[in-house]
Amino acid sequence: MAGAGGATTWHDIVVETLRRNDVRLVPYVPDRVLTPLIRAVEADPFFTAFPTAREEEAVGIVAGAWMGGMRGIVLMQTSGFATLPNVLASLACACQIPLLMMVSERGTLGEFNLGQAMVCRTMRPVLSALGIEHHTITRLDETEFVVDRTIRQAIATQAPACLILSPLLTGGKAFSA
Amino acid sequence: MSATIDTRHNAKVMNRFELTKLLVAKLTDEAVIGGIGNANFDLWAAGRRPENFYMLGSMGLAVPIALGVAIAQPHRTVIALEGDGSLLMQLGCLATVAARAPRNLVIVVWDNGIYQITGGQKTPAAAARTDLVAIARASGIVESHWAADEAEFEALAARALGAPGPWFIAARIDDKPAVTQTERDPVRIRDAFMRGIGSRS
Ligand SMILES: Cc1ncc(C[n+]2csc(CCOP(=O)(O)OP(=O)(O)O)c2C)c(N)n1
Repeated sequence: MAGAGGATTWHDIVVETLRRNDVRLVPYVPDRVLTPLIRAVEADPFFTAFPTAREEEAVGIVAGAWMGGMRGIVLMQTSGFATLPNVLASLACACQIPLLMMVSERGTLGEFNLGQAMVCRTMRPVLSALGIEHHTITRLDETEFVVDRTIRQAIATQAPACLILSPLLTGGKAFSA
Repeated sequence: MSATIDTRHNAKVMNRFELTKLLVAKLTDEAVIGGIGNANFDLWAAGRRPENFYMLGSMGLAVPIALGVAIAQPHRTVIALEGDGSLLMQLGCLATVAARAPRNLVIVVWDNGIYQITGGQKTPAAAARTDLVAIARASGIVESHWAADEAEFEALAARALGAPGPWFIAARIDDKPAVTQTERDPVRIRDAFMRGIGSRS
């Protein structure tokens, strides 16, 4: 099976699944792997997509927008996620806000930067410590299901959730030296 | 209105609770995000409004949260009340605000030059005489102003509530703590706010 509306790439599937769930607001701090997704949402008038200076800001924006009645998702890289525990704990978790996050996973499966590899090791322990539902997407044929169900559950249970895009899905960032 | 002043050092030192009361007295259906600590405590003390959101953590996020509400509800004016130390932690958000240019966003900064609630330590900005209004203006927020005194604060607030923004209004304040503390029940605060601004019934 391909995905929503016959989409055949991971980013097309994500775009269509966000649309179907009325997730319109997409603040982000960029990552190389996320580029096709960012391009797609910025080119599509259904979405309000824009960069922020820092991931914490994007969390505040999506939290505020949800309280105002608009659904959103924060796009970031693993290192961006690592800047977030304080605001996840004291805003999204404490206030029970269904903050959606999508993280491009750097630091594993062929990483060439030791710093990224170390940062990556903090991500799942932080998510687990905060009790935040998270799924790692590795396969194209599971992408639509995982993204769709995670969004629905987050909203229905008023809980933050994190989708991790594995290099197995995206190809990751290859060693180029 | 009185002559506009452009630098921090010739603004009168005022009081957060007094100014918060002056601001709240002008409000109808505006959403207000009270930043961590004193900013939201004095908002709470100035009278409960269902359109108020009281931050109990996430230092520095009053402006981003307000921006999110402003994007979701473009027909409602949204006000962020933030401490100078908190804003200093998230200065990049001023560029984000300028880039989005939300007409319905008003940022109010209480500048006491200290981290009052943690013991009154001086901020690095106070030591360096950093001018937050100059930073906001240089970030691209054209309507960035110091309030020279209470009368000018009221005049600026009235303009900001009536004319397109984004607005950035800074007031120098004394070193007093807030007059009371907000009830710490984040889920209830969030739910009441959502009902207050009509995103939940
Ligand atoms: C990320 C983070 N760092 C430090 C603190 C501790 N803290 C809580 S309030 C505060 C000072 C806030 O200063 P300001 O915004 O200027 O408000 P004031 O207390 O002066 O009214 C600090 C340092 C925190 N809560 N979060």
